Amino acid sequence: MNETTAHAHIQSGQQPQTGQQHPIRLYLVVWGMLFVLSAFSYMVDYLGLQGYLRWTLILLFMMAKAGLIVAVFMHMAWERLALVYAIMLPPLLVLVFVALMVSEADYTIFTRLAFFGTGP
Amino acid sequence: MVQTIGTHGEPDLRPVGLHGVAADFASDQRAFKTASWGKAMMWIFLLSDTFVFGCFLIAYMTARMSTPVAWPNPSEVFALHIGGQDVPLILIAIMTFVLISSSGTMAMAVNFGYRRERRTTAILMLLTAVLGACFVGMQAFEWTKLISEGVRPWENPWGAAQFGSTFFMITGFHGTHVTIGVIFLLIVARKVWRGDFDQERRGFFTSQRGRYEAVEIMGLYWHFVDLVWVFIFAFFYLW
Repeated sequence: MNETTAHAHIQSGQQPQTGQQHPIRLYLVVWGMLFVLSAFSYMVDYLGLQGYLRWTLILLFMMAKAGLIVAVFMHMAWERLALVYAIMLPPLLVLVFVALMVSEADYTIFTRLAFFGTGP
Repeated sequence: MVQTIGTHGEPDLRPVGLHGVAADFASDQRAFKTASWGKAMMWIFLLSDTFVFGCFLIAYMTARMSTPVAWPNPSEVFALHIGGQDVPLILIAIMTFVLISSSGTMAMAVNFGYRRERRTTAILMLLTAVLGACFVGMQAFEWTKLISEGVRPWENPWGAAQFGSTFFMITGFHGTHVTIGVIFLLIVARKVWRGDFDQERRGFFTSQRGRYEAVEIMGLYWHFVDLVWVFIFAFFYLW
């Protein structure tokens, strides 16, 4: 089928709609995994873990949950690479903004402590 | 290097991998060959929303890092007094589970939509809307409790004043998204229930023929709301 007829088909909606068909079991498994990961996240706080262990675990569970939602629930795993790159790469650049603001916040607290002492 | 099965079922001989990226971006008509415009536009809207939420969370990080006054401990602030003892973050945990469950029912609704099981799809979408409404209800309870304890955008009883402004800003904006999502879900669920996508009835606003893809596009928005909550839960409540 060439592009023109494919386009006409999509617009008229004549062919059966079979987009993004995956077994229900897959969604139930991901749902369960999200539950377990959230419970783990909650346990990090409930058990009162501190320091780098807390940081690592919170970020790990967060990224695992976000990855599962985007890849399976939002079907990103089955999209074309062009769409994946167009959507997933720009948010990564937000990390540059984070680095800028960390530097800015460090400077702000330095000047506050230097000129105003420990509290207002 | 060639993908043989397209999203819409017909054989679609297009290169995959990096060759596919080059072919897609170099093509005319549409850049994302297997994603319809509706889906691509929802993704681009969600990308813009990512930047908005990203800015809020970065602003929160900057405020928290730059205040010389101690930041309130969320574990204690959001504790509920149940059965004679304080349980930390219990309401937030329940809200998280409710939102994840709504994401699960939504993902299944998309699947049943493409199977053209009209009633199952509509019921799953209504269930999603009910869970979303529960989430907003619990958030209203949480806001009421904190306001009664004296949290304001400019002050709070436990420490750094910026806590109040970032809390109301971030959770308020997320709650608005959930509320809009519930309304959006009810509209699409009604269309599914009525059989608009089976009869290809034209939409009242765009005059375009409705397709079951609308359920998937609705799902993208809903999963995004859940996705944002994952980050708010980690950065605002657990940190």
